[in-house]
Amino acid sequence: MATLDAPAVSPPQAAVAIDPPTARAWLGQMLLIRRFEEKAAELYSAGKIRGFLHLSIGEEAVSVAAIGALTERDNVVSTYREHGHALVRGVPPGAVMAELFGKANGSSRGRGGSMHIFDAGRRFYGGNAIVAGGLPLAVGLALADRLRQRDAITACLFGDGAVAEGEFHESLNLASLWRLPVLFLCENNYYAMGTALGRHQAETDISLKGAAYRIPSAAVDGMDLLATTAAVRQAVDQVRSDGGPVLLECRTYRFRAHSMYDPELYRSKEEIDQWKLRDPITLFRARIERDGILTGAELEALDREAREATDRAVAFAEAGEWEPVADLLKDVYAREPPCA
Amino acid sequence: MRMTYREAMRTALREALAADPRVFLMGEDVGRYGGAYAVSKGLLEQFGPDRVRDTPLSESAFVGAGIGAAVAGMRPIVEVMTVNFSLLALDQVVNTAATLRHMSGGQLSVPLVVRMATGAGRQVAAQHSHSLEGWYAHIPGIKVVAPATAHDARWMLPAALREPDPVFIFEHAMLYPEEGEVGDAPGPLPLFRAAIRRPGRDLTLIAHGGSVGKALAAAERLAREGIEAEVVDLRSLRPLDDATILESVRRCHRAVVIDEAWRTGSLAAEISSRIGEAAFFDLDAPVARVCSAEVPIPYPKHLEDAALPQPDGIYAAARGVLKPTAGVTV
Repeated sequence: MATLDAPAVSPPQAAVAIDPPTARAWLGQMLLIRRFEEKAAELYSAGKIRGFLHLSIGEEAVSVAAIGALTERDNVVSTYREHGHALVRGVPPGAVMAELFGKANGSSRGRGGSMHIFDAGRRFYGGNAIVAGGLPLAVGLALADRLRQRDAITACLFGDGAVAEGEFHESLNLASLWRLPVLFLCENNYYAMGTALGRHQAETDISLKGAAYRIPSAAVDGMDLLATTAAVRQAVDQVRSDGGPVLLECRTYRFRAHSMYDPELYRSKEEIDQWKLRDPITLFRARIERDGILTGAELEALDREAREATDRAVAFAEAGEWEPVADLLKDVYAREPPCA
Repeated sequence: MRMTYREAMRTALREALAADPRVFLMGEDVGRYGGAYAVSKGLLEQFGPDRVRDTPLSESAFVGAGIGAAVAGMRPIVEVMTVNFSLLALDQVVNTAATLRHMSGGQLSVPLVVRMATGAGRQVAAQHSHSLEGWYAHIPGIKVVAPATAHDARWMLPAALREPDPVFIFEHAMLYPEEGEVGDAPGPLPLFRAAIRRPGRDLTLIAHGGSVGKALAAAERLAREGIEAEVVDLRSLRPLDDATILESVRRCHRAVVIDEAWRTGSLAAEISSRIGEAAFFDLDAPVARVCSAEVPIPYPKHLEDAALPQPDGIYAAARGVLKPTAGVTV
């Protein structure tokens, strides 16, 4: 069973200041992810989106905190539950939605779909649907930066399921051995698809696993945007100043099914409801209201803007073209091989 | 200049490291040990530990790291000790290296070179001896080459490093000590073209890597009996050079495909099928195949020899397709 106890959290080293523009930006991003994904679920039912669709509803604070702590020079390697990461990174919502539709105006020209959003210009390296498959890639991106003395870090996001894979252990060891600037950021939502953390890990405290590789590690309450922001900033600063990797476990929860095919036989409605009491958007909005940072009207406006941005994204996707079948074999190689 | 296949590959590596600061070599024991097959001996001393990197035994991590570094604009050369060990990195090869360009809609390139030893003959039994390059040749998104001569060992690497896509170089372990003539320029043949190693007119023997020498030995024996076998060295396994293969078969009307992999689902099956599809009416006999026996490669010498394609078997298969009513497989 997933633990519902309050997670052990490293106290943030510095309080995170929130002024009105920051509050607006962060809440706006969380709301955009929420509304975008709610709409995606609706469009899935309507048959506009097919294949696998993994929603991160409930996990928005981690997307906003993790991606928000990076600079444009940094690299991002993500998972198949990456709509939120991509949106916060600045991939236009229309390009993400069009990718979900499989249209040629999608971020990967429709070749990837929901699980494979790429944006090379924004150093967003996917969109990896092999659990833990992105970790070696992240190590390589960081190695290239190190060899070229390029001042940047690589943020590598993965779920709790990845921790069971050999590639997790191989990559942490290699990054630490070679002192490479990688932030290993685990979005622990307590389930590897339908298998609860305690049913797939002998040690359920993921942050403890860094010690075996001499990697500084911490855990944070991933439902608390401010705590997560403080923890990610601290981790990013440490990667930049030390040059070596850091492991940060963000404890969070997905409110929706694993994918649209998932009947959720493995967890109870009561468990989900309990986690929903700690909805990251509700928690952050309550804080903003309590401290009088934004007015009720401003909060309403933010939600309206998120819905409108989502509607524009859908319109962009609807207007997109299908790639011609004649281009089927395009981009298998840089150019057609002389013979195949 | 005459040099061994091993020295030829080392010369190519040394030149690549010296010529391009984006190139670096990494893999298990490539540095202090000098390479499991002594290919990279001396390179650590010359280029230092940043560019000749010993890795942990983490095939998936260091092949994946090579992919990431290539995506970022470096030109990594990753050495995997043997093809059997490369199976631990297959996820990164099939799911990442081969897919990134397509899955990203053409945004990413993976200019990565992976080298590894393949093949049997050294009595190292069933976990160090297999010829799985045909599996790699199955995968769209990567390219696969197999140098059979010292000259190709010298010149395929620089050509592979110029490719914008992942290239896998399979080096047959028995070839490393073989000496051959190495030209001081790559020669006219592009990377992905097959070579006619021995011209002939009566039948075509098609082979790659460690089997080319065996095919040439069989051709010598046939020549003593007045039969002129043409020997085609595939050089590239993906893409396959259909034009050269089919031109030879159309001229000679008979073909034997030699492949150290197992027959079932093999590259030999693919080639034989392509010949059937494109040159059926030019054939005077069914295409024959000489492959490894369908058994994990055994340790004792006599059994290992019996499991692998040998000149005698190639000769017998050639004799078989030359019969007026041919149709044998050996």
